Order: sequence, then C-alpha cells, then structure tokens
Amino acid sequence: MEREIIEKINNIFVEEFEVNAEQISPDASLKETLDLDSLDYIDLVVLTEVNFGCKVKPEDFNNIKTFQDFYQYIGAHAKAKV
Amino acid sequence: MNRVVITGIGIYSCIGKNLIEVKNSLYTGRSGIVMLPERKAFGYQSGLTGMVERPNLKGLLDRRARMMMPEQAEFAYLATREALDMAGLDNDYLEHEETGLLYGNDSSAKPVIEGIDIVREKKDTMLLGSGYVFQTMNSAVNMNLATIFKIHGVNFTVSAACASGSHAIGVGYVFIKNGMQERIICGGAQEVNIYSMSYFDSIAAFSQRENEPTKASRPFDRDREGLVPSGGAATVVLESLTSAQKRGANILGEVIGYGFSSNGSHISNPTVEGPLRSLKKALTDANLKPGAIDYINAHATSTKAGDTSEAKAIDALFGESRPYVSSTKSMTGHECWMAGSSEIVYSMLMMQNNFIAPNINFENADEDSAKLNIATETIDKEFEIFLSNSFGFGGTNSTLIVRKWRE
Repeated sequence: MEREIIEKINNIFVEEFEVNAEQISPDASLKETLDLDSLDYIDLVVLTEVNFGCKVKPEDFNNIKTFQDFYQYIGAHAKAKV
Repeated sequence: MNRVVITGIGIYSCIGKNLIEVKNSLYTGRSGIVMLPERKAFGYQSGLTGMVERPNLKGLLDRRARMMMPEQAEFAYLATREALDMAGLDNDYLEHEETGLLYGNDSSAKPVIEGIDIVREKKDTMLLGSGYVFQTMNSAVNMNLATIFKIHGVNFTVSAACASGSHAIGVGYVFIKNGMQERIICGGAQEVNIYSMSYFDSIAAFSQRENEPTKASRPFDRDREGLVPSGGAATVVLESLTSAQKRGANILGEVIGYGFSSNGSHISNPTVEGPLRSLKKALTDANLKPGAIDYINAHATSTKAGDTSEAKAIDALFGESRPYVSSTKSMTGHECWMAGSSEIVYSMLMMQNNFIAPNINFENADEDSAKLNIATETIDKEFEIFLSNSFGFGGTNSTLIVRKWRE
C-alpha cells in the first residue's frame, strides 16, 4: 500500500469526519473511530467516489472493519490518481 | 386564556448579525442593499439584493448537524441561539420542559438545484450523500432546529409566502393562549442565494434602480418601482406569562392580538378588503380601538400596487388617530418568508430603545401614502403598542399586535 494513498485517506477522515489524526491507526475500528451511523456510510461512498473514482458497494462495508481494510479496498479499486 | 409574552428575540439579517448591530442600523437608517453583478450574469432582470453573509458554523455545530442545514437553517440557528440566550433557555431546560418550534419558511431552492445537478451528472442518487434530503424540504429549518435544540413540543413549519414568519408567531400565540403549550420558539427564515429569487425576479417584481442600491427599496414613495429581495432569519420566543414568571424570565413584551384573512381573489394582485379584515380582527382580538396603536410596521414592500392597497387599508382604520407608520423594508429589502418575524424583532428593538425607525427613501408621497403619518426620519419616542402587517401571495394576510410589558 502506497503511503501517499494512506495519507490522503487519513486526511479525508480528519477533514470530513472531524477526528484527530492520532485516533487513526491501521487496526482501529473504522465504525467506532469515525462514529459512523447509517447516514455516514452514504457520505463515505460519496467521498470515495469523488476522491478515488470508485464507488463502494454498500455490501462491501461488511468486510471493511478496520482502517487497514479500507486502505486495501481503496488500493484495489481506486481509479483516480492520488 | 393565558397571556402570551415575549421573553427572547434574535436576528441575523442584512442590516446586522445580532440585535446590537441591527438596533444601530435601524436607528441610523442604514440600508443593507447591494447590487450583485453575478445575478445579472446569471440572468436576473435585477441584480439588487440584501447582502447576507453565510455563516461558518464549524466549531459551533458538529459535521453531522452542519451537513443537514441549508443556509436559511444556518441563519435561523444563529438567530435562535441569540433569542434563547436572551430568554435564559438552555438545551438542558428545553430537553426536560416541553417547548415547541413553529418556524416560517417557504423554499429551499439551492440544495434542490445543486442536488439534481449531481444526479444528472453522476446518474446515481446515492452519490448525493446524506445531507441533501434534509436540506431540500420546506421544513428544513424546523427539522434542524428541533434536533439541535432538543425540542419536545409542537414542531412544524408554517408556509404562507411572505406572511410565513408572521403567521408562525400568530399560530404560536394561539397555541399558548389556549393552554396547549407553555413555550414556543417562533420565527421566520429566508434563503438569499442566487437560485432562491430567480422565479420571483421572473415576474418583474424587483426594483431596477441598480445604480443606487441603497435607494432602490422605497416603500410608499411616489417613485417606487419594485421590491428588493433579501433574507436571513429572526426568532421570537413566546411563553405563557405563568411560565415566564415561574422561570423568573425578563419579559420584553406581550402579544395581545393576531388577525388573519385571505383575499379570495387574485394570486398576486393585492386587495384593500383582505388586509382590512386582518387588521380589524387583530384589533378585536386585542380588544383595542385603532387609536391605541402607537406605531405600525407596514408590510409595504415598495411595489406600486401592494403599498397602495396597504395605505388605503391603514387609512381606512387609522385615518383619525394617524399613528406613525414605517416600512423597515426600506432598509432591509423584502425578507419574504422571514419578514413577519424579523419585523416583530425590529419593532421590539424600537420599543425597547424608545425610537421609531425611519422609512428611508420616502421622498415624495403619492395620493394614498400622503394620508399616512410616515416616519421619514428616526423619531425618538417612547411607545407602548405596535402593530405589524404581513401579506403574501395567494392573498394570505396576517396582523400582529404587541404591547410593551406591564403587569
């Protein structure tokens, strides 16, 4: 995983979900750290599409538990240059 | 029947972002009207508008709350914070003591248009995100404020075109007077973005005096030639006298009359008879003779027909007593859905500070306005009772009467 992609993803989380960068670590729970509710997942789909050119399918979130899972998903699906 | 008192007011408008700024603008007769070239480029016939800055609420509200808010809800949030602070009502109190919310609003154009643009481009509604659905509804102000301020009482939006804000206070007054609610946060909000007023501009309702923006809104003046759109939000906290006294709240005034009517005729052309019935109903409700009214804050928007019909209606009832009349729209422009609430706030500020704000730009009377006692300059004067008119498309009329607080 390119460090550049991880930094970009983390910056989006800090900016859009208003969390401190220190709260983010690869093994931390995405849902708990970002305090995601059902509406937030919709916004995460939009942010992913706008920034990485890929749309996360709602069912894919079943397998995205940690930040590391999310980095890997984006790494595998990103269409936009980071 | 409960007595209904006012314990808090708040304002965010083109003549000031808080009560102190607005009071100073009203006293000095300062206009908040500007000419925006981008409106002309967009296709407006008139680029004139009240200038209302969109606030930055980061730090005041979390991301989730901010995402749900169209600009008029942001304006309303700030006006309501100010009013609640004045009333001494915090979220803990509102969460545990049933309080209502009745806000006037009649559009949310910007998120509707921007959201549909996204769907057209992306061909996928999911890519709208979660915020638009809550921004686009007419009740956007209510649903946002009710969530933020932990409202547990009556909660709905009053949509009555340019009388929305006035009817919201009137309906709140009726709820409290009849003992159905102890406290209601009332108000009116109006978006001011470039999309919001294009339909209104299409019917050539706006002033074309673009070379003199601050002189464009000239209610009752012989040479008026159209209104100037504007916006913001105003909040008025209504409360039963019992509730206010129990809390030890500072009581600012008492709503003593609400009148209403519908013209039952043309969708946009005004009548004299409709407003006249609203005025009479308000006086009857307040159990007052016309001579008891010290000041009338007129609806007058600076249109030929509207100002004329209101002048005739006022003269028909107040021709003998001739109270001071001014339209604060001469300074603010027409704040539309918000106007009926903001003009209560403006008049309350005048009553509290012992002055009557001028109807600026009133230079020459016409046949009908000559019969009114129009305040052309600021009048330093104590007064006890004011009346405020608001009229809207479809012929909806609302009149409120407020008295300075006394036991």
